[in-house]
Amino acid sequence: MSIDLQTVKKIASLSRISVTDAEAEAMVPELNNILGWVEQLGEVDVTGVEPMTAVIPNHLRLREDAVTDGNVRDKVLANAPQAEHGFFAVPKVIE
Amino acid sequence: MTELTNLTVAEIRDGFRVGDFSAREVAQAFNANVAAARALNAFIVETPEKALEAADAADRAKAAGEALKPLSGVPIGMKDLFCTEGVQTTAASHMLEGFTPTYESTVSKKLWDAGAGMLGKLNLDQFAMGSSNETSYFGNVISPWRRGGGDNAALAPGGSSGGSSAAISARLCPAATGTDTGGSIRQPAAFTGISGIKPTYGRCSRWGIVAFASSLDQAGPMARTVRDNAILLETMAGFDPKDSTSLDLAVPQWEANLSSDLKGKKVGIPKEYRPDGLNAEISAMWDRGIEWLKDAGAEVVEVSLPHTKYALPTYYIIAPAEASSNLARYDGVRYGQRDLPDGAGLQDMYAATRALGFGPEVKRRIMIGTYVLSAGFYDAYYTQAQKVRALIARDFELAFEKCDLLLTPTAPSASFALGEKQADPLAMYLNDVFTVPASLAGLPAMAVPGGLDAQGLPLGLQIIGRALDEQTVLNAGLAIEERAGFTARPDKWW
Repeated sequence: MSIDLQTVKKIASLSRISVTDAEAEAMVPELNNILGWVEQLGEVDVTGVEPMTAVIPNHLRLREDAVTDGNVRDKVLANAPQAEHGFFAVPKVIE
Repeated sequence: MTELTNLTVAEIRDGFRVGDFSAREVAQAFNANVAAARALNAFIVETPEKALEAADAADRAKAAGEALKPLSGVPIGMKDLFCTEGVQTTAASHMLEGFTPTYESTVSKKLWDAGAGMLGKLNLDQFAMGSSNETSYFGNVISPWRRGGGDNAALAPGGSSGGSSAAISARLCPAATGTDTGGSIRQPAAFTGISGIKPTYGRCSRWGIVAFASSLDQAGPMARTVRDNAILLETMAGFDPKDSTSLDLAVPQWEANLSSDLKGKKVGIPKEYRPDGLNAEISAMWDRGIEWLKDAGAEVVEVSLPHTKYALPTYYIIAPAEASSNLARYDGVRYGQRDLPDGAGLQDMYAATRALGFGPEVKRRIMIGTYVLSAGFYDAYYTQAQKVRALIARDFELAFEKCDLLLTPTAPSASFALGEKQADPLAMYLNDVFTVPASLAGLPAMAVPGGLDAQGLPLGLQIIGRALDEQTVLNAGLAIEERAGFTARPDKWW
C-alpha cells in the first residue's frame, strides 16, 4: 500500500506538524520507502500470538490514594513560554 | 606523573581513596580536556563548576575522615537526555533549547548522591533518534577516531549516545550515562572502542529521562572497562516508585561478583546473525570472540533466533508509534519553544511550534508513528508488530533453554563517515540490526571492544543475557576484555 501527497498532508495534520507543499512532496517517497519495508511483517504467521505490551513480567503497583506531590506551581510554570496569573497562557480558543 | 585522564573509574575511585591524587586534581584535568576538545562537539553544556563542587566535597570529606561514597572523586559526563535541575536539558532539540528542569532525573540523582560530579551535558541524536549523532540541533559530534593512512574524513561516533562515546574515547570523561532504545548505548560504544551495557528493561528508572519509546528506553553506563560499567550500573539501577515499569528488586553487587571464569557456561551463537554478505572483518572478529569465550571455559553451541530478520521492521513500527504519543507533549504551552504566527489559534500554534522545534528525523518518526496508529491501520501495523515482538522475545526464551548467553557482533560495520548514510533513512536504520532484537525483548546486552579493522577503527562484540542476568553478561564481557587486550586509543588531533 503506498501513500500519496494527500495522505502525507493528513498525517502531518494529525501529528500537528505544519508542512509546506514542498516538504510534504519530499516526504512521500521517504515515508513510502519506510512503510513498504515494514510491511514485510505481514508475512509472519501470528496465529494465536498475543500482542506484547510489557517485555518483563511486572504488575502495575497501586499506591495509597493520597497527595504525594504538589504545591510547586512556580516550578511547574518556570519553563512555560507564557505564564500569567499563575496559569499557562494560550491564544484565545473561544470565538 | 600519572595521566589522570587516562585512568578508569575504578582507578580514580581507589587512587583518590589512598591519596595518590586529590579529587580536585582529577576534576581539573578532565575539565581541561573538555575545554580543549570543542572540535569534537561532544558537549552541549559544560559544567566545570559542578565537577569541581563535587570534587571539593569529596576532598573535604576525606580530609575530615568521613566515610566516602561509592563514586567520591569521580567526574562523569551526563547524556543530555537526563533532566538535571538548574542545568539546561535539550535532548539535542531546538524544541527544548533553554529548558531548565526544576527537578533531577532519578538516575542522575543517584549518581550525584553517590559522589559523582558532572563535567557537562553530552550531545546526542535529537530525542535519541539516530545512529550517527547527525540529527542533533546542536551539530554533529565528531568521532575522535580517524581512518589510518592520512584519511581525515570526519567519522560518526555512533548514536544516539554519540557525545558519550566520543567523550569517553577521547578521555574527556572516564565514564558517562547513555540511554538505549534500539542500540543507542551499544552501537556508539562499538564505534569508539569502549564498553557499555543496557541493563534489563526496568532496572534503571526512566523518571526524568526525556521519553522516546517508553517500552524500550533504558538507561545504562558507558565506560572504557567492564568493571567501570559494573560500578556505574550498581549506582544507576534500583527501584523507583516514580516509574511504573521500574523493577522492585534489589541491585546485585555486580562489581564484587565479577569473574571471567566461564566454566559451565554455554554461549549461544545465533546463526541468523551471520547473514550472507556479513562484513568479513566483523565475521573474523566474531570468530575470535568465540575462541576467547572458549578459552575462558565456556562451551559454544549454535542456536537459532528465527524471527531476527523481522526485528528491525518491528522496531520501526513500535518505536515511532510510542514516540508519536510521547512527543505529543511538545505543544508550546508548558515548556519548550512556542511559535505563534500572527493571528494564529491554538491548533495553528501547535502545528507551527512543532514544525519549528523538531528536526527532520523526529518529524519523520512522529509521522510514521501517527500513521501506524491511525484508524484503519492500527491492527495491520501496530498490533501485528506487537505480535511479532512477542515471537522475537519467544525466540530468545527458547534459545536460553540451550545456553546462558549469546555472542554476536554489535554493529554490521565500523564507524562510517559523517554524511555517508544521511540521504537514506533506511540504510541508517540497518545499523541497528544486531542491537534491536535484545531491546525488543528487554534483555540485558553489552558491547565490548573486539579489536580494530584494517583501517584502524574499533569493532565491537555484543553479549546478550537472560533477563536480570547482567552478571553473566558482565562476566563474559570481562573474559573478552582480558583476552582482546584492547588498548588502542585515538591519536589526538583536536
